[in-house]
Amino acid sequence: MENFELVILLLDATLRTSTPLILAALAGMFSERSGTINLALEGMMLGGAFSAAAVAFYMDDPWIGLLAAIATTIGLSLLHGFACITHKGNQVVSGMAINILMSGLTALVGIALFAQGGKTPALDKAARFQPITLPGAEAVKDVPIIGPIYFELLSGHNILVYIAFLAVPAAWWVMYRTRFGLRLRAVGENPGAVDTAGIGVVAMRYRAVICSGVLVGMSGAYLSTAQGASFLQDMTAGKGYIALAAMVFGKWRPFPALAACLLFGFLDAAATRLQGVVLPVIGEVPVQLVQALPYVLTVILLAGFIGRAIPPKALGRPYVKER
Amino acid sequence: MHQMHGTGETGAVQPAIELRGIDKRFGAVHANKEIDLKVDKGTIHGIVGENGAGKSTLMSILYGFYQADAGTIHVDGKLCDIKGSEDAIAAGIGMVHQHFMLVETFSVLENVILGVEGGAVLRDGVDRAREELHRLEREYSLDIDPDAIVGDLSVGLQQRVEILKALFRGAEILILDEPTGVLTPQEADHLFRILETLKEQGKTVVLITHKLREIMAATDNVSVMRQGAMVAHRKTADTSPEELSELMVGRKVLLRLEKEQAQPKDTVLKVENLCVENAQGVRKVKNASFDIRAGEIVGIAGVSGNGQSELLEALGGIRAASEGVVELNGQDVTPGKGVDAAELRRRGVAHVPEDRHRMAMVTAFSAKEAAILGYEDDPAYQKGVFLDWHAISDATAKMMSEFDVRPDNPDLKAANFSGGNQQKLVLAREIMRDPELLLVGQPTRGVDIGAIEFIHKRIVAMRDAGKAVLLVSVELDEIMSLADRILVMCDGAIIGEVAASDANERVLGLMMAGVDPSEAKAVEGQS
Repeated sequence: MENFELVILLLDATLRTSTPLILAALAGMFSERSGTINLALEGMMLGGAFSAAAVAFYMDDPWIGLLAAIATTIGLSLLHGFACITHKGNQVVSGMAINILMSGLTALVGIALFAQGGKTPALDKAARFQPITLPGAEAVKDVPIIGPIYFELLSGHNILVYIAFLAVPAAWWVMYRTRFGLRLRAVGENPGAVDTAGIGVVAMRYRAVICSGVLVGMSGAYLSTAQGASFLQDMTAGKGYIALAAMVFGKWRPFPALAACLLFGFLDAAATRLQGVVLPVIGEVPVQLVQALPYVLTVILLAGFIGRAIPPKALGRPYVKER
Repeated sequence: MHQMHGTGETGAVQPAIELRGIDKRFGAVHANKEIDLKVDKGTIHGIVGENGAGKSTLMSILYGFYQADAGTIHVDGKLCDIKGSEDAIAAGIGMVHQHFMLVETFSVLENVILGVEGGAVLRDGVDRAREELHRLEREYSLDIDPDAIVGDLSVGLQQRVEILKALFRGAEILILDEPTGVLTPQEADHLFRILETLKEQGKTVVLITHKLREIMAATDNVSVMRQGAMVAHRKTADTSPEELSELMVGRKVLLRLEKEQAQPKDTVLKVENLCVENAQGVRKVKNASFDIRAGEIVGIAGVSGNGQSELLEALGGIRAASEGVVELNGQDVTPGKGVDAAELRRRGVAHVPEDRHRMAMVTAFSAKEAAILGYEDDPAYQKGVFLDWHAISDATAKMMSEFDVRPDNPDLKAANFSGGNQQKLVLAREIMRDPELLLVGQPTRGVDIGAIEFIHKRIVAMRDAGKAVLLVSVELDEIMSLADRILVMCDGAIIGEVAASDANERVLGLMMAGVDPSEAKAVEGQS
């Protein structure tokens, strides 16, 4: 029974740690499926987290903070698009530039506004997204098995967690069942086919990076106003890259990407749980080892254990009419 | 969306397309000069011209890919302002591009509806599209599985998807840009039958090609372009390939290469059970065995992508053999085991690769740099540890005069030469080393007729000088007029050999499609 509880707690933590990854991975998918590499997820997430925390602090409302985060990341997406789509710049360089820019800019503005060494002030309850108790959770709380699963695991998360998990089927539906999705996938595979079909390639790619901005903005806001209670310098700590890796594992598809995010989230949660735990045979698990696991896994899996991931054909190539 | 009018009445008064005074410049290049063109409704109209004559530019203007600097476009007698593909589609113009504009990961149906989905949610339009597609398939006998993934289809079928795409959009006028470049002769014949059906249904077809045979076989009228200008309009029945080629080039051209009977001597190259794998580990050449003797040209025919490229790369030392033996004058030169391209060059193998820009030259180099690529360590080009640029310039100038490379300026950037002149420079570089064996891939791809004649003559001159030549080409005409013996490759295997004297297009075409040679000849015999 104790083990069961431990598993429930671990899975509960997994949901929370994988949420920002899911949102960011979907963001990456929208951008990359349209042919624009989005390495800037990391920097955008950071920008979103900062805007959310700062605005939520002033306005005392997490929703306005969320909108500020989304506005920020859409702005950054448009900047990325301006460099990559309009001016056909190198997409990797533009992405890295945004990452470096946001790492410095968030700290700079943070110090200028709050003078707390780059942090934003701690948010009180009203300025954060609060846990939601799902209907009937209290009632089934004490039922064995079902009780803990529903009350502990599924209920009691903040709204962004639920949004993230609902975003996966929604993204799938948009991608595979709508005209917008068809054109978006087409423009990432063969922009020439889209152009000759009488659809604007540039407009299509901008729309895709805007979608990307909306999703990654939510992911940033989650870090600073839902999971945490303030913005910390470089608080994303590589989550943008991990999300990108999850998207590649997921072969640029929503549900496989979700699975990869859950795996990484689980390892992250396990790393925290396993701190100081003594396991048989191995002894005390060095926490650094578990923390390094997602990265090690990334390298191993990408090296070919998951089968070849075939990226969208026009990924990274700006569209130039022939001749 | 699907306006139906003008059903095949002959002698229609209104031309389907009329271009008046179309003019277009790209910087210093005057791509289209005051072009006038009338295409009658319900006809197949051919446009011929050399590479760079401006055919594709003209059609791109008609399809809204570019805007003309001056001139007007009339469709069905109405003035049309075509600013983009969507305007062209709305005017009833459909285009089948030389490089297909298809999304390979999509199904046929998805490709067809792209841009005309009929609703924000796909489900609404898909069922209607499926029905419409079935109707079009029946009407024009264009059988295809709407749910097949386009990337899995053969090029011939992919082209059919392109045609369906245009028809689905209600095209009354269909432009095909070099449609047969990637097809086997049988597939090409099938395409022409489809075009004939389209014509019978009242559609208008514009066929752009540089193959005169296709013009003669398939079109009603033909217009000839030369250096950006429209030089002649003819009824196909009233003209001949000779006249058309003269109009295209501006002077008399020898269409049929005249050459003596080959005098083959000792075996120079012996290939036994050669297998070659590509980077993905897929076997692209399967147990190829053949030999080439001094004083003969051996041609390798096949549809592009059937292992010819890998075979040529292996023999040139660029790609390792996974199995088999290659001998040059009795010595083992199997590629991979310490034998690379440089070693083969030292032993007298010259290689003109298929892809001029990717493999034969660096287009950002000057002509003289391009002219010593691969031979830069020749002592003749050295002065101490430095390159002797005077010697190199002189050598390049000599190549240029010998091979009629224009302009004959060794300092000009390679990219600024025309395709034909680039190719002549590459051939000069390889042939003037006086090799024992010349490997040539697609020697006249993207080369204009005048230069083709010259290049063919030089290759035959190599043979007559007692050298061995291996020719890989996807142009059957080229293989049949140059080669003394023809090997046909299909799916990586050499499936048969035909002497050039009894080769004809049908037998070779069947073999290229994988039909056993004896069977191919039997089929040929019946018809």
